[in-house]
Amino acid sequence: MDKMPGWADAVLVPLISLILAAILSALVIIGIGEDPVAAFKLMVDGALMRSSGWGYTLYYATNFIFTGLAVSVAFHARLFNIGGEGQAMIGGLGVALACLYIPWPNWYVALIGATASAALFGAMWAFIPAYLQAKRGSHIVITTIMFNFIAAAVLNYVLVNILRPQGAMDPSTAKFPEPTHLPTFQDMFSTAETAMFRGAPANVTFFLALVMCLVVWALIWRTRLGYEIRAFGESESAAKYAGISPVKITVVAMLISGGLAGMMALNTTMGEAERLVMNATEGAGFIGIAVALMGRSHPFGVLLAALLFGFLYQGGAELALWTNIPRELIVVIQALVILFTGALDNMVRMPLEKIFLARRRAQSGSAR
Amino acid sequence: MDFLTLLQVLDSTIRLATPLLLACLAGLFSERAGIFDIGLEGKMLAAAFFSAAVAALTGDVWMGLGAGIAASLALSVIHGLASITFRGNQLISGVAINFLAAGLTVLIAQDWFQQGGRTPSLVGEARFEPITLPGAEAAANIPVIGQIYSELISGHSELVYIAFLMVPLTWWLLYRTRFGLRLRAVGEAPEAVDTAGVSVVGLRYVAVGICGVLCGIAGAYLATALQAGFVKDMTAGRGFIALAALIFAKWRPWYALYACLLFGLLQAVALRYQNIDLGAFVVPVQFMDALPYILTVVILAGFVGKAIPPRAGGEPYVKER
Repeated sequence: MDKMPGWADAVLVPLISLILAAILSALVIIGIGEDPVAAFKLMVDGALMRSSGWGYTLYYATNFIFTGLAVSVAFHARLFNIGGEGQAMIGGLGVALACLYIPWPNWYVALIGATASAALFGAMWAFIPAYLQAKRGSHIVITTIMFNFIAAAVLNYVLVNILRPQGAMDPSTAKFPEPTHLPTFQDMFSTAETAMFRGAPANVTFFLALVMCLVVWALIWRTRLGYEIRAFGESESAAKYAGISPVKITVVAMLISGGLAGMMALNTTMGEAERLVMNATEGAGFIGIAVALMGRSHPFGVLLAALLFGFLYQGGAELALWTNIPRELIVVIQALVILFTGALDNMVRMPLEKIFLARRRAQSGSAR
Repeated sequence: MDFLTLLQVLDSTIRLATPLLLACLAGLFSERAGIFDIGLEGKMLAAAFFSAAVAALTGDVWMGLGAGIAASLALSVIHGLASITFRGNQLISGVAINFLAAGLTVLIAQDWFQQGGRTPSLVGEARFEPITLPGAEAAANIPVIGQIYSELISGHSELVYIAFLMVPLTWWLLYRTRFGLRLRAVGEAPEAVDTAGVSVVGLRYVAVGICGVLCGIAGAYLATALQAGFVKDMTAGRGFIALAALIFAKWRPWYALYACLLFGLLQAVALRYQNIDLGAFVVPVQFMDALPYILTVVILAGFVGKAIPPRAGGEPYVKER
């Protein structure tokens, strides 16, 4: 018998963790001599009260949906893919190569091609750690960390020595050609009279991210492969007994995870910068961990958590602009969310389980 | 390359290997007791900031060292709570600690010093100065042996010598004391330690605490000896290189020294020569940067001797009832 009803596990535990993280964040803000209520108001104003603010919030959220889904899929197979950052960097390389060297007729064909390329490159970068885990038992957390650093070195080399246009100073590729430029929210939603989402980087990739939420949901809960992934994650020995190959599931789950992480680069590289720059991922690969933990590895939860982090990112930028609070506040909040929803999960869960058990005992006692 | 250049590269190797070595030994204690620690980076970073900040405020580098160790220990306590008391995921806890340190250091630095997330430059007593070993100046005139003594062995700060002395000390503690035996046992078979009536939780907290102290020294060395002050993200992945060195050394103290010296040498060479021209082809500097990580993956893959971590590593211990 479960100790807690399903809703408490899915909603109550993350909510309490989030509240704990928020309280501590507020204490941090007080600690550096600022007013947390005023700071929160400023964040809401900057991120949610104007359409351009929403444009940034949704832009960041797009990144986090992709990386959050990437971490989630791996979590379902009980694999901790900490290498989303590296996979997204290499995915960016895939986007850049596709955009620069293939003459696309228009943006939607280009988007399909670049998506395939990004996913392929990201998956490729996840393949070696996955294979080593499956075949040689090398711990996937350590290998994916190492692959993050190797990816940074590879990208640095490729940008500085190969893809940088002649005479350019900063390590980045040339601007992508015109037909690959994706429509932004401003292009899509502005009418002749009113400009919506002015100057904001949110673009059509956001809808691709929403589609991927649905695809991942269907994959995990409506296909045979998804069943195998979950079975493997629940119990490796049971899965083996049922004829599921651990090698296959480990590799396939990591390929999907890497592909999703790689697709994140579409948003930053093709949608926003329109060229590949050195730090295109901006740590989104790591935020995916917080997003997946908070979203309980469910695509809908990931979507909500990604929106929350999008809000925090844009709100944090506003804070850095108007107050003395640096952007790193967001890193602290992110750390607290990971700590409470991930590592200290039992701290919240154990007392709650006790409360529910006590209530159930009291109820069954009175029924008799 | 002449002899003096070689000495300079090796000298810089020792300086760069020191923080790696301290962090690597820190990880060794923790992981040998069965607690995975990917938060070495964060602990070093927190220690780097607090040591530099307190040294800048008090003008006393030893106060700074104490503050650095305290900050690192505080993060160790969080890691211990999450992974020992609440039996959470040790890897996720490590990730959280890294981010906590990365964010808080800049936040507090900006609040205290308003210099864009850095501390003021440390001068005089606020910094560990190189110490000249006895007779080093006289020995400088003797070719080879004297030069090695005066250039390579003498002229480092106290923390460098502490770091290198930690290697035999760690070896002795782990392999020649009762505490060491229990510590290793708790990482391999905690149920056996529990049956013998020794506290698994207590031993693991002690291991995590030692890890915190060593990371604290490593961070303080970065900010008050290797460099003069704290800058944002100054650990720059050293915690992960130390982790790589730990795996490379297969969780053994003397091999940890060799691995850290090797990775220190790679850093020293990458720092001194940008691209290395071997005639037939050029080794790019990025390859040198990535080499520690590539070597670790190769070792982990088990093609060159398999790296097997402590058996109970990463598993929270649940007492049988």
